[in-house]
Amino acid sequence: MTAIELVFYLFSTVLTLSALAVITVRNAVYAALFLVLAFFSSAAIWMLLEVEFLAITLVLVYVGAVMVLFLFVVMMLDMNSERVREGFARYLPVGILVALIMAGELMFVIWTKGAEKLPLPPGQSDAGANTALLGERLYTAYLYPFEIAAVILLVGIVAAIALTHTGRNPNTRYQDPSRQVSTRREDRVRIVSMPGAGSKSAEERS
Amino acid sequence: MDMQTLQTLLWTLAKIFIIIIPITLTVAYYTYAERKVIGYMQSRIGPNRVGPWGLLQPFADVFKLLFKEIILPANANKFLFYLAPVLTLGPALAAWAVVPFSDWLILADINASLLYVLALTSMGVYGIIVAGWASNSKYAFLGALRSAAQIISYEIAMGFALVCVLIAAGDISLKGIVEAQQGGVFDWFWLPLLPMFMVYFISGVAETNRAPFDVAEGESEIVAGFHVEYAGAAFAVFFLAEYANMILISALTALLFAGGWLSPFENVPVLGGTLLATHGIGWFLAKTVFFMFFFLWFRATFPRYRYDQIMRLGWKVLIPITIVWVVVAAVLVLTGAIVRGS
Repeated sequence: MTAIELVFYLFSTVLTLSALAVITVRNAVYAALFLVLAFFSSAAIWMLLEVEFLAITLVLVYVGAVMVLFLFVVMMLDMNSERVREGFARYLPVGILVALIMAGELMFVIWTKGAEKLPLPPGQSDAGANTALLGERLYTAYLYPFEIAAVILLVGIVAAIALTHTGRNPNTRYQDPSRQVSTRREDRVRIVSMPGAGSKSAEERS
Repeated sequence: MDMQTLQTLLWTLAKIFIIIIPITLTVAYYTYAERKVIGYMQSRIGPNRVGPWGLLQPFADVFKLLFKEIILPANANKFLFYLAPVLTLGPALAAWAVVPFSDWLILADINASLLYVLALTSMGVYGIIVAGWASNSKYAFLGALRSAAQIISYEIAMGFALVCVLIAAGDISLKGIVEAQQGGVFDWFWLPLLPMFMVYFISGVAETNRAPFDVAEGESEIVAGFHVEYAGAAFAVFFLAEYANMILISALTALLFAGGWLSPFENVPVLGGTLLATHGIGWFLAKTVFFMFFFLWFRATFPRYRYDQIMRLGWKVLIPITIVWVVVAAVLVLTGAIVRGS
């Protein structure tokens, strides 16, 4: 067994086990953390395929941003593990169906293309100038699908904000920082000269 | 596994130690420098008891922390509680694998090294969140939430600032970015990308939870934030990670905006051929120390930001500036104002 195979089997074992753990552990925070581990191991496997840009982007986007927000929400929820259990049995048939379709697709690819390593896409050298190649493909051959996907994402963002944003509550008090920083002493403090007990005035004393 | 692979593994391991041990020592003396510099800025003298001029103070601190008991809070999640410091330190050290100290001193010269650094630094937040949750303490949890929200917000501004650097350099590897800045101090990217340089450094200070953005620790409100329940060696690991991250941000600023190992006097006629005009690791270290000093200076100078203002600065000021400058940087490259590796 070569070192690369060893690394592959190590990460694929971790990936499979952690993916299983995501749906079996009781604690929701543990489940989210196992999902992070699953993303990370699959990124490592992609790295073995020399698709460094996709591998690093998987870590950057899913591990570094999406799952952090996920974890954020999960931690603040008061999760009832019993109710989560109920859902498990209800969604099991759908889950098995999806799993079967996925397994069938994988099997189809292996049967038709052969189990050997598939050739590298045209233009990619073994040195792995993967990032430049990917960029070139996306912005030339696949420009329209790429731009359309971007627009759909933008619509998604706008829709999410439009659905949740209820407008400013008139009772909310808020501060205007630009007004705050431009205040001067004269706006807030009035120095009054008080003739009285002491012989000195307030200004002389300070 | 054959002999060749084993040899490569051992050699890589040795190189990792050659990088990590100086970083750890730098962290130790960075804490000393912090106390001395802030001391003098506030008309005090700082630590001066252990060793000459207090030079052995960092070691005294380390031994004190190592011999202290690690206290596990009641009802804390034991496994995650002990895992959290490791999750923070791991990415902070792993990012150094791709930092080019000079044109040949790199542990792993990979193509997408800038992305790699960005991905790893974005993982450091897990240690903080997990620490806050596992501690089973309200202060720690609030600190973790504050810290995580802040890190996510400033990562966007940081990412866009890096996009500008990528556009200017036309390369995604740190080595290529430095090589694109050749030609002397005015060819470095700090000048054409001046707003990005400032945005990047401000985001860097915010990402490392340092003053004036250190609400995650906010002594007066939440005691010490996410690591309030940690003591002894576990606390020391958090501390090490925080300072290693500060040094990393300084080193990255030096690489991305200040020419890395390039000499500032490259094309000055009189100095040509002398020691001052040669490139080397010395310039990189000097620039890194220069930026490290700013972290201390900020802490001594600025009062802490209010939390809503941190969010306002990140989302409403820094991110719009960076998005505008992505376009400006592209125009600068097209018009030839930025010349790659002249």
